[in-house]
Amino acid sequence: MLEVKHMVKTFFKGTINEKTALQGIDLKLEEGDFCTVIGGNGAGKSTLLNSIAGVFPVDEGQIFIGDTEVTKMPEYKRAKYIGRVFQDPMVGTAGNMQIEENLILAMRRGKSLGLSWAFKDNEKAFFKERLALLGLGLEDRLSARMGLLSGGQRQSITLLMATMLRPELLLLDEHTAALDPKTAENVLQLTDKLVAEHNLTTLMITHNMRDALRFGNRLIMMNAGRIIYDVKGEEKKQLTVQDLLQKFEVAGENALSDRMVLGAK
Amino acid sequence: MLDLVVGTITQGLLWSLLAVGVFITFRVLDVADLTVEGSFPMGAAISAILITSGMNPVLSIVVAGIGGMIAGAVTGWIHTKLKIPALLAGILTMIALYSVNLHIMGKANVSLLRMDTVYTMLGSLLGTVNMWSAAIVGVLVAAVVCLLLFWFFGTEIGTALRATGVNPQMIRAQGVNTDTMIVLGLLISNAFVAVSGALIGQAQGFADVGMGIGTIVIGLASVIIGEVVFGTKSFVRSLIAVVLGSIVYRIVIAAVLYMGMPPNDLKLFTAILVAIALSLPTLKAKWLAR
Repeated sequence: MLEVKHMVKTFFKGTINEKTALQGIDLKLEEGDFCTVIGGNGAGKSTLLNSIAGVFPVDEGQIFIGDTEVTKMPEYKRAKYIGRVFQDPMVGTAGNMQIEENLILAMRRGKSLGLSWAFKDNEKAFFKERLALLGLGLEDRLSARMGLLSGGQRQSITLLMATMLRPELLLLDEHTAALDPKTAENVLQLTDKLVAEHNLTTLMITHNMRDALRFGNRLIMMNAGRIIYDVKGEEKKQLTVQDLLQKFEVAGENALSDRMVLGAK
Repeated sequence: MLDLVVGTITQGLLWSLLAVGVFITFRVLDVADLTVEGSFPMGAAISAILITSGMNPVLSIVVAGIGGMIAGAVTGWIHTKLKIPALLAGILTMIALYSVNLHIMGKANVSLLRMDTVYTMLGSLLGTVNMWSAAIVGVLVAAVVCLLLFWFFGTEIGTALRATGVNPQMIRAQGVNTDTMIVLGLLISNAFVAVSGALIGQAQGFADVGMGIGTIVIGLASVIIGEVVFGTKSFVRSLIAVVLGSIVYRIVIAAVLYMGMPPNDLKLFTAILVAIALSLPTLKAKWLAR
């Protein structure tokens, strides 16, 4: 469960470049909500996710994950509750380290680390099992360096890592945007599967309106640092790309980026 | 000739701790840490002054290592808490250590003439001459350090430390405090560097406040030579390559001196060597792009 109360974030405060990226966000996700986030460039989608993840402090407001308030918690401490996948496939994994080493670190997300030997046989078997689910043949390549894998493979592993220990909240920041359409579809299907399997509370940013409609039980639309539309359940199921385009038109011409229009066709 | 060969390899082994220290910061953590220029003579200074005041030479090396840890932690603190770039943080500590080292010794250098050192101790224990005693110490120390680091970087904390250098964003998302890891890495690195300083100080029979000049370049040269000659296929391989790189560097230096290069030009030679080695990837890319 996630609750965000009146969150405000301004970048470059007091300078000529001052930009209020979030103008008072209120959002509550119930346990197991899979919420997609759409909006044009600069709408504040990534700022919202990064604020929740603790990449930077917010100016006002409160963030709760479950019963825990995390507003002032540093990023690395929040990691205990949050699984994350980034837009850039290079960011989610350590490229110069083995697949196994990456998984070892994910297996200990938010736990205190010690001086015990990190490579354990029983974990290795578990890693192989999880990797086999991807159907990419990676289960036999545990000692391969991450950097040798394709973007799609790395993103799939990042997803696996983010959900290895069940997170209270899964944050996906356009995690398929850098992939080719076929790979993107595979990663999206995997996302859907993992979210359903673990009943994960999820926020997924996407530029693709169809994906936003196809996946999840809830959808929010952002514009100029505000949530301008919030729809769930049956109502969301009935929603079409046309409806979304109309909402954007009401919000103003800046609300829609070319990429989204192209993606809608 | 045997003297020269054994002496050169021994030098390489004793200096390899410095190289390993530089490897931890420069390659594992991906920061260039100049603290070594201060922590190396600091190790020698601590060890020398403690020996002259009657302490066991082995124990004096341990204390020197602790001194190095403090120096590294200071740089780490300046870098992570005061947000000063790592390069500058290292320079600040290095400069500060110059005064600290003078305070430790009370003067610019301390002689260990006719004092017990680890080498004379081992010599009287095994009945070996100084040359072989030093060689044995060198082999032992390098082997222990390699085993220790192989173990450490395979532990949970060691793995997280490596990941911090490769991708800090990723490892933060796994709940690791990257600041702590950076401080830890600098601390370990400078401990090895100070121990190296202590060993070298005892081997040459004195500690001098100026003996740290150019140590970062020597360390880099060893790391890079090791990588080029012996490869970086796995972590263990990289680690051993650093030690071997340190030996090769000493052989190269011995060879150019033997061929008549004035010793005064050594640092210039080393600097050019490192500059060429570091720029090889860029030059190669340019060459291929033509």
